[in-house]
Amino acid sequence: MKNDIILSGVGGQGILSIAATIGLAAVECNLFLKQSEVHGMSQRGGDVQSHLRLSDRPIASDLIPHGRADIIISVEPMESLRYLPWLSDTGWLVTNSSPFINIDDYPPIEEILSEIKKIKNHIIIDADSIAKRIGSLRSGNMVILGAASPFIEIPYHNLENAIRNLFKPKGEEVINLNLKALRAGRDFTGK
Amino acid sequence: MNHNIQKLLLLGDEAVARAAMDAGLSGMYAYPGTPSTEIMEYIQSSAEATERNIHREWSSNEKTAMEAALGMSYAGKRAMVAMKHVGLNVAADGFINSAITGVNGGLIVVAADDPSMHSSQNEQDSRFYAKFAFVPVFEPATQQEAYDMIFDAFELSERYKIPVLFRITTRLAHSRAAVELKLTIPEKKLKLPADQLQFVLLPAIARKRYRALLSTYESLKYDLSISKFNSFTDGSDRRMGVITCGIAYNYLMENFSDSKPDFPVLKITAYPFNKDVFTEITDKCSSVLILEEGYPIVEESLRGILDNGIKIHGRLDGMVPRDGELNPAIVAKALGLSVSAGRDVPEIVRMRPPSFCAGCGHSDMFSAIIEALKSYSPGRVFSDIGCYTLAALPPYDTINSCVDMGASITMAIGASDAGLFPAVAVIGDSTFTHSGMTGLLDAVVKNSPVTIIIGDNSTTGMTGGQKSQATGRIENICLGIGVSRDHLRLITPIRKNFEENVRIIKEEFEYHGVSVIIASRECIQTAIKRKKSRASNELS
Repeated sequence: MKNDIILSGVGGQGILSIAATIGLAAVECNLFLKQSEVHGMSQRGGDVQSHLRLSDRPIASDLIPHGRADIIISVEPMESLRYLPWLSDTGWLVTNSSPFINIDDYPPIEEILSEIKKIKNHIIIDADSIAKRIGSLRSGNMVILGAASPFIEIPYHNLENAIRNLFKPKGEEVINLNLKALRAGRDFTGK
Repeated sequence: MNHNIQKLLLLGDEAVARAAMDAGLSGMYAYPGTPSTEIMEYIQSSAEATERNIHREWSSNEKTAMEAALGMSYAGKRAMVAMKHVGLNVAADGFINSAITGVNGGLIVVAADDPSMHSSQNEQDSRFYAKFAFVPVFEPATQQEAYDMIFDAFELSERYKIPVLFRITTRLAHSRAAVELKLTIPEKKLKLPADQLQFVLLPAIARKRYRALLSTYESLKYDLSISKFNSFTDGSDRRMGVITCGIAYNYLMENFSDSKPDFPVLKITAYPFNKDVFTEITDKCSSVLILEEGYPIVEESLRGILDNGIKIHGRLDGMVPRDGELNPAIVAKALGLSVSAGRDVPEIVRMRPPSFCAGCGHSDMFSAIIEALKSYSPGRVFSDIGCYTLAALPPYDTINSCVDMGASITMAIGASDAGLFPAVAVIGDSTFTHSGMTGLLDAVVKNSPVTIIIGDNSTTGMTGGQKSQATGRIENICLGIGVSRDHLRLITPIRKNFEENVRIIKEEFEYHGVSVIIASRECIQTAIKRKKSRASNELS
């Protein structure tokens, strides 16, 4: 078993909580894991990515080679395209549809979505609206993770456990909102 | 899974920090700098460190951190100091001389290098410093090696009475993996050096100690606690052997994830080494490829000046790019393996450079500076290292230099010496107390006609909001250094004050002497964090 995952977004959007959730679940499943993060300058509103590698065998490189990622999980649509060189021919691209516009020359969203649709295996999800409906705009991350979860070779209940552990300090209400968000994303892809 | 063995998911930085704590660390010293910051942060957030009262306060800069760590070592306890690679330039005086004084308690100097300059001005290789200082180096390839080697580094440091350089790079520092913990070692007791002159580098003593250091360095080349980290694996294809240093080993092995290399591989993760380490691979192979993250240090030493031995490939003959960090594809190309280029990035994808956060005081500060500068020709704003360096980018396009910590003030002085008026320096609060104060003293002593604008956001912002030594002290520091009360101006960079701030800045631009304008507004990120933590404290 091997899952190479690229997580992408804009600095401050919180891709690291997705990484932390998958990471905790992977450890619970006794998988090997390497996860490289971007810290420092780029975090100030620039593009950020994380390479997350899971395997049942030891992992050599902290970086995923080009053409080898099984999944791109993106909290921002244009950012999902930036990492296409890493996506394998059979890989899945799972992205939020809501753009984060902090640059003047952000392209029309329709053009971005049509580029994404050129990838055979894609899931475009309006995570912000779904999160809002659930009652917490900030759990959009977990909606996207839920939407990507069928492609991650980790049992769903392990992801749920990870959310319980990760958000434990924030209390039962936050845990439940995030579990609902994960489920909503999962159901979206399941349909 | 064996439940007696504790496993944690740790960043490379955190593995270094955890290991030091578990190996009996008594004092951690550092100044924030990507990619090293999380070492200190891990210890600061550790309940165990609080309980043990391990020293864990930030220092004003890397030099003060280095020297304080040496002082902790003098007193017989284990100390660690961490910095980014360019921080070692600041700490270099103490670092190099600490090799000559030697240590008492174990002393580890962690340098986090940043090849490809993800968050830095250069990609200098700290292994050079170690060679320069005659100090051993550990260069782990994995988080687990980083954890394990810290124990060896402390032990080696105490056995040879020498500081150890611990070199990590961005990818290891900021990559997370499971780390198995060892049994902990208790902290050392206070115990002063047996020789009270050990740390007194008067020439007569320094000469003796330097000769002893040279001989120690020779012994280190044959010490098992270093050589055990340099391992040779044979292979049947002897056309080209591969030598890897540090994390480069991972990129090599990534290309053989479903198999094993059939050529000989020498993995190096500790220095210095003796000739024998190489003869096995160079005797067997008709050529070697050297993969090292950073400068071609091992490659150069193998080639020598005459370069008349076996065929050597690496960064110097173009088989591997001369600059930038390595990755699995670069290694594959050098080995002649096929590389997947992957899909192209669609043309519509735009650059998204970092920018000031919404609600950042620096943006209002620069708006006022830009307006105040309008009547002057461009090219007169010297700046520094921090979030405000982003003013070099559109839409601000305001600053004309960013060289090293503190260089804004001193470069403005030099330019004004040459006749540039007004000459402006823009520096952050933490950078000011790191290395700006001495430059300000130069300006005051000469009464240089410079305008120094200190963007005080009450934090070390770029590295994620660490405590700034400057907070609440800048005004008194400037007055104490001798800045005139009349030309020490305090402004609040908010939109409402725009006109007034422009007027004040213009007035000081026209003053033919030292002016300091302190533009104070709390960093929006730390303000949000502070409000959040206050809210959660009220809840609980």
